[in-house]
Amino acid sequence: MKQGMNDKHIEMRGVRKVYRFFTLDSVSLALEPGQIMGFVGPNGAGKSTTLRLLMGMISPDAGEIRVLGHEIPKAQAIAKRDIGFVSAEMRLLPHTTLGWHMDFMKSIYPEWDGGYAATLVKRFNLRPEQNARSLSLGEHVKATLLLALARRPRLLILDEPTTGLDPVARHEVISEFMDVLRDESRSILFSSHNTVDVERISDTLTFIDRGRIVDSGDKEAFLDRWRRIQVQLPPGAALPALPNVVKREVDGQFVTLTTNQYSEGLQNLIGPHVTHVHRMNLEEIFVANVMYHREARGQ
Amino acid sequence: MLCIHSMYSGINISQTDPRPMYLQILEQIRARIAARDWPPGKELPSIRALAAGLNVSVITVKRAYLDLETEGVIVTRHGKGSFVADVNGLAGELKEEQLAEHLAQAAEISRLLGLSDDELAARMRRALKNLDAKK
Repeated sequence: MKQGMNDKHIEMRGVRKVYRFFTLDSVSLALEPGQIMGFVGPNGAGKSTTLRLLMGMISPDAGEIRVLGHEIPKAQAIAKRDIGFVSAEMRLLPHTTLGWHMDFMKSIYPEWDGGYAATLVKRFNLRPEQNARSLSLGEHVKATLLLALARRPRLLILDEPTTGLDPVARHEVISEFMDVLRDESRSILFSSHNTVDVERISDTLTFIDRGRIVDSGDKEAFLDRWRRIQVQLPPGAALPALPNVVKREVDGQFVTLTTNQYSEGLQNLIGPHVTHVHRMNLEEIFVANVMYHREARGQ
Repeated sequence: MLCIHSMYSGINISQTDPRPMYLQILEQIRARIAARDWPPGKELPSIRALAAGLNVSVITVKRAYLDLETEGVIVTRHGKGSFVADVNGLAGELKEEQLAEHLAQAAEISRLLGLSDDELAARMRRALKNLDAKK
């Protein structure tokens, strides 16, 4: 089954997975070719569970999963030929070397790009002959990323790929991710709680909290819509009812409003008492969004 | 911030800059065009190449290019890429400013020389005639 150019690389619809103490529910996701999606959530939100479902490592209790056009988990073997999966928990096998792993990958994947692998060894400052036991955490992460990247898969699924990396190493691997995206038929889904990385390189964002998708969409739209508005009211004055305000903090005459749907219309409604309108960074948006949805769900 | 990507004339994104990333890119490109470092007709880097060069998302660069296009500073030809706009947009605006400046200077000098308004207008017409004759 050949996949068309415009087909989604990832499609999840109404996916549910029940554990004794945790339920992932109504998870829907879509990733288009040529895009990077940042998958953001607090610890225990369900990020890794979602990625493991996509890889067919666990089976859903309900819902539909398609990756690169293939039904998961049924057709996972075919799909995985073109997926690179890396999790921060992965380690090279003990008593082996990176070089041994590279030879092994070359023997099973015809797409293995030896030239690119050699370039990555240099860029990531790794030594193929070094024993896995003596590698640092950061070196393990870079080595497993190298093994995934050099296969040149169409889809990269990365679970916390920059965790444990120092700032320079993070810069190196992020540059590699962006290089992959020069080709618009490739895509990346990566989970992270480093919102700085996510804000910088993602095209789309998905927020997950307590097993549910909280919000999903275009990154630029997120950054545009969310604003913090500071108001200083004259004595005795009160604010009118305002739409799209997700949080209202009042301290005497000083009010801070957080909106997820900023517009000039909203500012006009508040009137002449606005003192500042601030854009919010992704971390602020993420926290405000999660808190707002928890309140709305009565948690 | 370190400037690592000199191949794009040192366009930079700073995390401490309060402006959104797309605006930082947009304004740096606009400055290069206004300074004529990027002359009319120059091809801009492709959206994906610039995104990879700056380590920012494709959608962020796309947004900057779309806004520059709306302003008329660049033109995008489908399948061919984006180019610095020719006379319209910023280049045109710059010429307008230059013209206004030169006319103001001409007016000032004509007063110093004691020329009448008609005499100045006549000289302007003669200058135009000479220019047309050269073509």
